[in-house]
Amino acid sequence: MNIIVCIKRVPQTAEAEVKVDSSGKDIERERLTFDMNEYDTFALEEAVLFKEKFGGTVTAMSVGREDAQDTLRIALAKGADSAVRIKAEDFDEIDAIKTAQLLKAALKDIGYDIIFCGSIATDDAYSQVGVALAQLLGIPHATLVTQIEADQGRAQVHRELEGGLLEHLDMALPAVIAVQSGISVPRYASLIAIRKAAKKEIKTIGSDEIAADDLRADIVIDKLFPPPVTKMAEILTGDPSEVSEKLSKIIKDKGLI
Amino acid sequence: MGEIFALVEHRQGVIRDITFELLACGRDLASKTGGSLTAVLLGDKPDAFVDSLKAQANRVMVIDSPLFKEFNSASYQGALSQVLSSEKPMVTLMGHTAFGMDLCPSLAPSLDMPFTTDCLALDIADGKVTATRQMYDGKLNAEVTLRQAPSYLLTIRTGCFPASDPGLEAEITTVDSPIAAEPDYRKFIEYIEPVVGDVDITKSDVIVGVGRGVKDKDNIAMVEKFAEALGGVVGCTRPVVDSEWLPKDRQVGSSGKTVKPKLYVALGISGAFQHLAGMKGAETIIAVNKDPNAPIFAEADYGIVDDMFKIIPALQEKILELKG
Ligand SMILES: Cc1cc2nc3c(=O)[nH]c(=O)nc-3n(C[C@H](O)[C@H](O)[C@H](O)COP(=O)(O)OP(=O)(O)OC[C@H]3O[C@@H](n4cnc5c(N)ncnc54)[C@H](O)[C@@H]3O)c2cc1C
Ligand SMILES: Cc1cc2nc3c(=O)[nH]c(=O)nc-3n(C[C@H](O)[C@H](O)[C@H](O)COP(=O)(O)OP(=O)(O)OC[C@H]3O[C@@H](n4cnc5c(N)ncnc54)[C@H](O)[C@@H]3O)c2cc1C
Repeated sequence: MNIIVCIKRVPQTAEAEVKVDSSGKDIERERLTFDMNEYDTFALEEAVLFKEKFGGTVTAMSVGREDAQDTLRIALAKGADSAVRIKAEDFDEIDAIKTAQLLKAALKDIGYDIIFCGSIATDDAYSQVGVALAQLLGIPHATLVTQIEADQGRAQVHRELEGGLLEHLDMALPAVIAVQSGISVPRYASLIAIRKAAKKEIKTIGSDEIAADDLRADIVIDKLFPPPVTKMAEILTGDPSEVSEKLSKIIKDKGLI
Repeated sequence: MGEIFALVEHRQGVIRDITFELLACGRDLASKTGGSLTAVLLGDKPDAFVDSLKAQANRVMVIDSPLFKEFNSASYQGALSQVLSSEKPMVTLMGHTAFGMDLCPSLAPSLDMPFTTDCLALDIADGKVTATRQMYDGKLNAEVTLRQAPSYLLTIRTGCFPASDPGLEAEITTVDSPIAAEPDYRKFIEYIEPVVGDVDITKSDVIVGVGRGVKDKDNIAMVEKFAEALGGVVGCTRPVVDSEWLPKDRQVGSSGKTVKPKLYVALGISGAFQHLAGMKGAETIIAVNKDPNAPIFAEADYGIVDDMFKIIPALQEKILELKG
């Protein structure tokens, strides 16, 4: 089986301060740490589980700048057999649909039986690339997938809907499967695997191979700004004992204990 | 000119709330373009749905077929691509839901329509469509402009456009199903209901919600003791379930449970909108987070910016003292 997994390198912003840069359209990246998009860690695990079950190879692909190679190496260390970076620096105005166009172009010479994506990238949070890629390739898709079992060119797929309700779909392969978090428990890479991955070659594809004129973006970012503050908690200050004193009184006054 | 379409979302025989929010958003856009608003309803004998939509739009377009009893994005795409190509509305709205997320990003490029997703606000001026979105774990908003084209597709976040009753009288039009069968490449089989666990957290007056800040499965016991002192139960965010630290029936949020306790204590929870969707109806919300910029503080009534592992034992002690 030719298994593809699409991976994005993203800043880790859940616990960090995020500042707008001087252009007003991007963030300051210097003090942020970057890693594999969390949803893609699940997509990768699912891809590797497929390889273990059905045989074949896993190819990890990323549209990114040079530092995306570090993230692709993590994928190699966790079980991908080869990696391709589409050189983001060769193309401007990359948005989700253009990302999908670039992935499609890069897939031209690589066969695929199944393509795994995340259902969302945690930085820009569009939830578009996997579903759009399927459309561009002319193959079916499902997003928010929490379970998949493949057999004889078909796949039994569970998608997660609101409230935790699942829907069971019967799909034809090849397809794009955009996974929801929790579909599996991603493995850790061993030290030996990390060392081996450091030496592997990562293929690059850029404007020599993909004609920039054929690509089109749907959106441009005009500006980034902090969300307007409409409501804010009353912040209790003091050492743990002092704030606990205040808080326990509030809880008591509300008749909750 | 400037016609607006909004796609009705229903599941298991019930119209979903997002539909009325889309229609509110659609009325707002129609007032800007001078066009009218059409509710697009694909369903199986959806007469009851039509009744509840009549006052909400200028027109309800009904495509009645057993094919649309349940949602299948492949069937919807087949039907809608024909409807949108012939009707050419300027803007088509759908929910940024499990339904819209599975449909919009494939339908739009199939018609070469510019699109964007998860919009919190929209504007149309001088033929330009702009959308406000949220990025970077809710820490920044972005204003984006769409490539100019005759038609656009947009998905809208739940909870951004309050439903209202404008008392319109919609014209009802019917369209024959543009497709004859569910595509073989993607067939809907059945729904699978969520597993019921030992504790129903929706019944509790006090919920201690725990997020990824808890760091390790071993720390759950400490949170459980704390919840017990408060006379409550433990709920959690999605990553806590993904890591298998707590079972799925404890998950609060859009893909978990919706809770409305008297008190919700959020420990080490950032406040993603999917989590907030499940707990913002709590009477009192207390948040403990070491990041002063965590979005949870914009939803909470009281906040403590500190390490939850320092606060839990101190607060537990005070509460037990007060309980005597
Ligand atoms: C170097 C770089 C610079 C960029 N600059 C801009 C800019 O200036 N302005 C702007 O508007 N946008 C820019 N983008 C695009 C933007 O960051 C998003 O990548 C794009 O809009 C896709 O949306 P998303 O990340 O929300 O993906 P989603 O649609 O939420 O992602 C879903 C899934 O698609 C796959 N996927 C997403 N992105 C990639 C990727 N890059 N490579 C491989 N797989 C992927 C993953 O499997 C992911 O889980 C840039 C992107 C890159 C890589
Ligand atoms: C379709 C879809 C549906 C989803 N449904 C749900 C849902 O139903 N429910 C849900 O919860 N999520 C849901 N999510 C996921 C959601 O987007 C977020 O990823 C998730 O809510 C984040 O959980 P968290 O706050 O625990 O983790 P994080 O965002 O990682 O935040 C952890 C927080 O803990 C704080 N912290 C860390 N250590 C400490 C400490 N020692 N003391 C105090 N604070 C600390 C950090 O500052 C940070 O703010 C869904 C996502 C998608 C795409």
